[in-house]
Amino acid sequence: MIPILGLAVGVVLGLLLDPSVPLWLQPYLPIAVVAALDAVFGGVRARFDGIFDAKVFVVSFVSNVVVAALVVFLGDQLGVGAQLSTAVVVVLGIRIFGNAAAIRRHLFRA
Amino acid sequence: MTGDQEAARRAREQAVGPPVARTAPDDAGTGATAAAVPPPTRDTVEPGTAPAGDPAADPAPDPDVPPADAASPADDGGAPPVAGRRRGSNLLAASLIGVLTLLLGFAFAVQVRSTDTDAQLVGAREEDLVRILDDLTAQEDRLRQEIADQRAALEQLGSSDSASAAALAEAQERAQALGILNGTLAARGPGLEMTIRDPNRRIPAAVLLNAVQELRGAGAETMQIDDVRIGVSSAVTGDPGELEVDGTPLEAPYVFRVIGSKEDMATAMNIPGGVAATVTRRNGTVDIVQSDDVLVDALRPLDVPQYAEPGDGD
Repeated sequence: MIPILGLAVGVVLGLLLDPSVPLWLQPYLPIAVVAALDAVFGGVRARFDGIFDAKVFVVSFVSNVVVAALVVFLGDQLGVGAQLSTAVVVVLGIRIFGNAAAIRRHLFRA
Repeated sequence: MTGDQEAARRAREQAVGPPVARTAPDDAGTGATAAAVPPPTRDTVEPGTAPAGDPAADPAPDPDVPPADAASPADDGGAPPVAGRRRGSNLLAASLIGVLTLLLGFAFAVQVRSTDTDAQLVGAREEDLVRILDDLTAQEDRLRQEIADQRAALEQLGSSDSASAAALAEAQERAQALGILNGTLAARGPGLEMTIRDPNRRIPAAVLLNAVQELRGAGAETMQIDDVRIGVSSAVTGDPGELEVDGTPLEAPYVFRVIGSKEDMATAMNIPGGVAATVTRRNGTVDIVQSDDVLVDALRPLDVPQYAEPGDGD
């Protein structure tokens, strides 16, 4: 319940406040969002599996975001930022799909 | 799962020792990597870190741990000190989750918003900018080509329009000229008014016909006798005194109204042995008045050719 509430409030806040993204954050924000989405999907899956652990969720959430941003940052420093961010998005996308499939199996038994 | 249940479960797990599933949800769904972590390590780490995250809610962290492990045998989520500790850490976890998800939603909305605007170009990478520039250049080329095509089409349409307008104007002009020559249109211009009086009714058709011929020869463009327009096929018939033009009876005096070069026509009428002389010989009179504005307003129906058809020029 709390995560859903948090998500909704966050989206509403973001839409209402409509802040401008700081320049240094602009390349990393979308990656961070995707990484966080991956963590959320993993959390939902763990919840359905009955093995949800709040601490694991929080740690994985934060570390996911940090590592994803770090990888892209390193890529930017190395001059392959665009490719690395693509790679990160692909990997996270695959994981999101896997987790979504597990959630689907739980929800629809199919 | 409610907080109490969770607390009970965790208490039980801590007492029994974590099963594999306990560590499985690490890193949000990759159970394999999590399972690889040795369970004892996690078990020792967990109690140590939890109080560090929430010192205020958990005043005596460390003394709690050994009793929890030792005293609660295998069942019973109700071991009071453990439950209290877990509830506090649960609160912390819940609030952390709430904050994180709120941040996620916020970042999501902001990112979606900023993707909508062009301001995102400011933070774009160099290679992305180059690619965007390439795209824009290609698009610009395409649009320029389109503009050129459209402009050419517009020019073509405009020129064909003006050409057809010119053709129309020319056709109208030609129709007017033909109408004046044919007698289907009224005409006005310099010319002369010639009155032939025939008190003894002795002037024959040949004289009028001759007058028409002489006027034409002197450059008359169009004319009428009394109220009858003279055309290419006009005929003067009848006996002297009862003359007819194209079947319309005339009454003396015969009034010619002619448009053309007035001096030439006046001279042509007055030459020796000409129209004036002939009329005078038959006791008639000829009055010629030159004018700058003669109105020829009698009309004749259009002669529609019955046999002749337009032929190709070549």
